[in-house]
Amino acid sequence: MTIPSSSSFITANNVQTEKHSKVFWALSDSWVLAKRSIKHITRNLDQLFAVALFPIMFFLLFRYVFGGAIDTGDLSYANFLVAGILVQMLAFGANYTTLNLAIDLQRGIVDRFRSLPMASSAVLVGHVGADLFRNTISALIVLGVSFLVGFQPVAGPVEWMLVLGLAILFSLAISWLSAIMGLLVKSMEAAQWTGFIIIFPLTFVSSAFVPTDTMPEALRLFAENQPLTQVIEAIRAWLVGTPVGDSGWLGFAWCVGIIIVAMPVATWLFRRQALR
Amino acid sequence: MNNTTQSATEIEETGRYVSADNAIAVKGLRKSFKKLTVLNGIDLCVKRGTVLALLGPNGAGKTTTIRILSTLLLPDGGQALIRGFDVVREANKVRSLIGLTGQYAAVDEYLTGEENLHMIGRLYRLSHQNIKQRTQELLELFDLMEASARTVKTYSGGMRRRLDLAVSLIAAPPIIFLDEPTTGLDPPSRLIMWDIIEQLVAAGTTILLTTQDMDEADRLADKIVVIDGGRIIAEGTSDELKQRVGSERLEITIAEASSFETAKRVIDGEGLHLDSKTRTLSLATKGGVHQLKQVLSRLDEAGVEVENVSFRRPTLDDVFLTLTGHTTTTTEQSNGQRQKKVVEV
Repeated sequence: MTIPSSSSFITANNVQTEKHSKVFWALSDSWVLAKRSIKHITRNLDQLFAVALFPIMFFLLFRYVFGGAIDTGDLSYANFLVAGILVQMLAFGANYTTLNLAIDLQRGIVDRFRSLPMASSAVLVGHVGADLFRNTISALIVLGVSFLVGFQPVAGPVEWMLVLGLAILFSLAISWLSAIMGLLVKSMEAAQWTGFIIIFPLTFVSSAFVPTDTMPEALRLFAENQPLTQVIEAIRAWLVGTPVGDSGWLGFAWCVGIIIVAMPVATWLFRRQALR
Repeated sequence: MNNTTQSATEIEETGRYVSADNAIAVKGLRKSFKKLTVLNGIDLCVKRGTVLALLGPNGAGKTTTIRILSTLLLPDGGQALIRGFDVVREANKVRSLIGLTGQYAAVDEYLTGEENLHMIGRLYRLSHQNIKQRTQELLELFDLMEASARTVKTYSGGMRRRLDLAVSLIAAPPIIFLDEPTTGLDPPSRLIMWDIIEQLVAAGTTILLTTQDMDEADRLADKIVVIDGGRIIAEGTSDELKQRVGSERLEITIAEASSFETAKRVIDGEGLHLDSKTRTLSLATKGGVHQLKQVLSRLDEAGVEVENVSFRRPTLDDVFLTLTGHTTTTTEQSNGQRQKKVVEV
């Protein structure tokens, strides 16, 4: 390899930077990093399959093993189950923000990003955006399978739009919480199990797999009022026509609230963490 | 050094040291992790278009200095200016002037070489057109053209480091930080890296690099700053340091342990290093046959039997032994925990 001394690769007049507003660059940086994370997904399909296969396995197990013994009234168990499985899948999928952020921090590429004149929050936005992409694909796969095992939605276009909107907000909310976890954990191993110990109990102590009314009093109170149940109840109502009650607006409110709190906390942690 | 004191005064007086001459000016830099002091008042001054090498063992504070100068870490005290911009208060301005290549290649494994360059180019705010053109140039120059469409996962260690440096150069930053740029590289890749660094300097780039390797500092640096335990213990040109350590070391191994003391007394002189375990004495020399003859005949006269005689290049250990009276390994031990702590934080 020979590099001519007079070569242009170092002369600054060979470099043209663009001038745009701060907002433009914040969006541009986020998009550049989201593209990066999305390429990770398409080049490392294990993650995508793990996210889609796990809920499908759950779906089939609950539908055929437990389903017969669970009383969901007039509603078929397949129809009852879809909302729960979808929300559980979104929650687990968002856990990849924790994992991938921990990996980035450990590998030192975050140091490179932070030494660039870019918006530092873009690193987080990139991971959260990639979660959304991965979750969308997984959701389509899970929905496809659900139709095969007896899912018969009654939702019209408006209801489908509501489901889509709430699902997106929910995915974003959990991803931002996961980002906080990713910045707090000390190792990749920890990043892998934190999601499970938080999301497993939350999805089971909810109305995802069984109606809450047979649970012990304290558990039932928690299950009925925690955010996952609100989101599940709302999505179930819109998909298969169960009464929606307050779950619709409560579901949206929880998600928006979590995003409003978690986003600045994660960004602050990211700046602080990296500077120490 | 004169320069350092002069620039340091100017930092104090004006609050912002802007000079056409100085790319990097550092004054009284301090940093501790919890109770552990990693930097204890570092003064540096790097002229535009020159190379300064920070030489020191693990845990001496080299990486911490680079991390502060590249805005990754906040100092506890002191001031650091990059082309007159403060690394704390004007971090974003500084970031558009610097390129950083760390100890471990900070490139994305799942992206191709080309995609890595594109991504960083855009984050440096280059135009798409410009990025394409520069990516091609850099891939060619760094001999990565053939591998450009392959993911970095398939690259060898040397290729990764080359890509890592290419990525740092995408926006042609006038100041580049290289943290142990050749550690872990095989000799051919190492020579390629040195060649690239020399070309960069020839083109006017200012470089601050860290190294544990005397040869590397000798070959690349205009000025060498030796640090240990977060303090500067010596600085000067390679020649100036060599005058103190010797451009070559004459190493003599004595056959009998019993005659070690005699040998020591006979040879005694400046910069004599002793290792009684291996019965070895080493002394600074200019590599002349005359001196060798003299030493051997003196040993012969005293009845000391010599087992082995050799010339070798001075190592970091020799520098340290001469400057501090202890070897790097003893420093490394006490700093081993220091290093570990840093990683934990």
